[in-house]
Amino acid sequence: MIPEFEKFKGFSAKNLPKEEPLAPGHRACQGCGEVLALRMVMKALGKNVIVCNATGCMEIISSPYPYTSWTVPWIHVAFENAASVASGVESAMKVLKRKGKIPKKHVDILAVGGDGATGDIGLQWISGAFERGHDFVYVCLDNEAYMNTGVQRSGCTPYGAMTTTSPPGKKSFGQVTWKKNVPAIAVAHNIPYVATASPAYFLDLMNKVKKAALVKGPAYVHIFSPCPTGWGSAGERSIEIAKLAVETKVFPLYEVIEGRYFMSRKISKPKPVEEYFKGQRRFRHLTEDHIEYIQRRVDAEYDKLVKLSEMA
Amino acid sequence: MAKRVGIEVSIAVSEAVKLARAEVIPAYPITPQTHIVEHLSEIIANGDLDAEFIPVESEHAAMSCCCGSAAAGARTFTSSSSQGLSLMSEILYIPSTMRLPIVMVLANRALSAPISIWNDHQDVMVQRDIGWIQTFAENGQEAVDLTLHAFRVAEDRRVSLPMIVNIDGFTLSHMIEPIELPDQEEVDKYLPPFKPRRRLDPRKPITMGPVGIPEVYTEAKVAHDQALKASRKIILKAWQEFADIFGRQYNPVEEYRTEDAEIMLVTMGSISETAMTAVDKMRDEGKKVGLLKLRLWRPFPSLEFRRIAKSAKVLGVIDRCLPPGAVCGPVGEEIRSLFYKVPGAPKVFNFIAGLGGRDVTVERFEEMADKAAAYAKKRPKELYEVIGVREK
Ligand SMILES: Cc1ncc(C[n+]2csc(CCOP(=O)(O)OP(=O)(O)O)c2C)c(N)n1
Ligand code: SF4
Ligand SMILES: [Mg+2]
Repeated sequence: MIPEFEKFKGFSAKNLPKEEPLAPGHRACQGCGEVLALRMVMKALGKNVIVCNATGCMEIISSPYPYTSWTVPWIHVAFENAASVASGVESAMKVLKRKGKIPKKHVDILAVGGDGATGDIGLQWISGAFERGHDFVYVCLDNEAYMNTGVQRSGCTPYGAMTTTSPPGKKSFGQVTWKKNVPAIAVAHNIPYVATASPAYFLDLMNKVKKAALVKGPAYVHIFSPCPTGWGSAGERSIEIAKLAVETKVFPLYEVIEGRYFMSRKISKPKPVEEYFKGQRRFRHLTEDHIEYIQRRVDAEYDKLVKLSEMA
Repeated sequence: MAKRVGIEVSIAVSEAVKLARAEVIPAYPITPQTHIVEHLSEIIANGDLDAEFIPVESEHAAMSCCCGSAAAGARTFTSSSSQGLSLMSEILYIPSTMRLPIVMVLANRALSAPISIWNDHQDVMVQRDIGWIQTFAENGQEAVDLTLHAFRVAEDRRVSLPMIVNIDGFTLSHMIEPIELPDQEEVDKYLPPFKPRRRLDPRKPITMGPVGIPEVYTEAKVAHDQALKASRKIILKAWQEFADIFGRQYNPVEEYRTEDAEIMLVTMGSISETAMTAVDKMRDEGKKVGLLKLRLWRPFPSLEFRRIAKSAKVLGVIDRCLPPGAVCGPVGEEIRSLFYKVPGAPKVFNFIAGLGGRDVTVERFEEMADKAAAYAKKRPKELYEVIGVREK
């Protein structure tokens, strides 16, 4: 196991950090699950961190010059390359420490991007950074589409979902591909820590982010992030929807520590996927047949995961 | 004492980067830049330079790493060419407006299609407007000296801009030339450690690269333009100090036999050496031909160029790049507009030569000088002419 984890007692409702590295007053939509998740990520990391942000909703809403929501050092360069920017920062810190030009104290480095920045356009940059073994945390905030540009499909958009570029019509039922398994791609790089998380389980989320930071080398945390604007759901339901995604097995929570899978939450009495779809306009057009197919595939994917965890 | 050695120019450039004590080097191989990154990897592997070499998966990543590294406060170097530079293109505009000093040596090469590994200036000319300081080296010694100069200028707090040193691929990068590699103590005297104005540091948090709303975007771009123009003074001063320490003097525009010259050819990079031979020959024949070598390309040295070139009757500007559908080549266009409606200004004609490794011989320079003289009397239809096109 990873020695750094032993000292870490975990966050609890009683010892939640008070500081807000991502300050309020940003311009996210009401009920945005992505900014909520990012706030928890930052609370877990604290102030001793450098953030490399990909272009996307979180970058736009937090940095309209001359305002900034960031009370920690933060850099945005472009859409697909946050992992490379983080690689550069990490390498610079390494050599500057070695040469005694900056304090030896460890500083966490966070690269953060949306599902588009991570699973589609930025995959190569992330792969390179993971392969090289830079000591940094990559967080993907997955709202299942390109939201910043107006809700276009991404590789992480779920099967059947309506987006502006996967519209249902006479000859289409919405997104035709199954959600890309980006955490599995991260695992394939043999990095020491990969996890999935949800803002509905905020202590679990924060603990995972902290563990990702503690581990030496690259770590990846994939966070489910409801987007009321893009999903056509009520802002006040974001957390409820995030919870339903876990309870229906649609978005399972797990960790992969040094290649070994651990289920964070076993769903013994799953709710039907239909319950999760309710109240999300993006799924409104789905027929019973579609829902049945999705239910079968969700169950099968979940079983595969459980099997992996039983091999641990 | 600095010693003069016979050395391949790429190796000498790597030695200059070592002498400059570069700290982070993200790079991706591409012909004809490979010897530079290979030799730097070797220098670091042998412990002769305390630096991080980042073996990135693409040039886009190389430039992205450079941004992160410079923002974190490390002396940052990379090298590329042609298709690699094009792949970086999206990112190139960013460190310059963000004022991140990065030094990049380009081994200039043609752009596809057809794929060609040989030398011309198309790769850098399409990146003309990225807002970096750009110089062109004529020979191996200059390649070394301009590399050291680049770190000095880019990192100067009054400048804080990225900088490109162009060296012609193969015709310069792969030549073995006698080059004086300076002593470490002298380089240290010339080039103090990098102390950035701002850097990513949790003790002093700042936000870098925010959204530029319409109310601030214009001002950000104007500030960049002003900074690039203002860098001229520091560029000159750093060359003066270079001369004081190392004894070699550089100028933004270099003149060769321009006294009483009626025709002046304008070159950039290593073809200048052949051009000088051609000028000597033509002078022997009694032709009043001189040569202007453009060393500084961005910021464009308008002042110096106008001062030196105004006594000519005609300028034959040579571009190593053919922009399809344009009025003429980029250097030609720049110099035409510089003299537009200036009373008594020389006429400007543009020649496009040496594409994709085609040799520009002494005879070709003679041809261009003769044509420039003829065109000064009778204006041709087009503002440019491609030299040396094979009929069969
Ligand atoms: C190279 C490039 N292509 C496209 C864009 C346009 N663009 C900006 S943000 C974005 C989508 C972001 O989606 P995601 O990464 O999922 O983040 P979200 O906004 O959903 O949080 C796109 C397509 C860009 N900025 N750069
Ligand atoms: S569009 Fe969605 S992800 Fe973006 S700020 Fe609004 S709610 Fe958040
Ligand atoms: Mg998204």
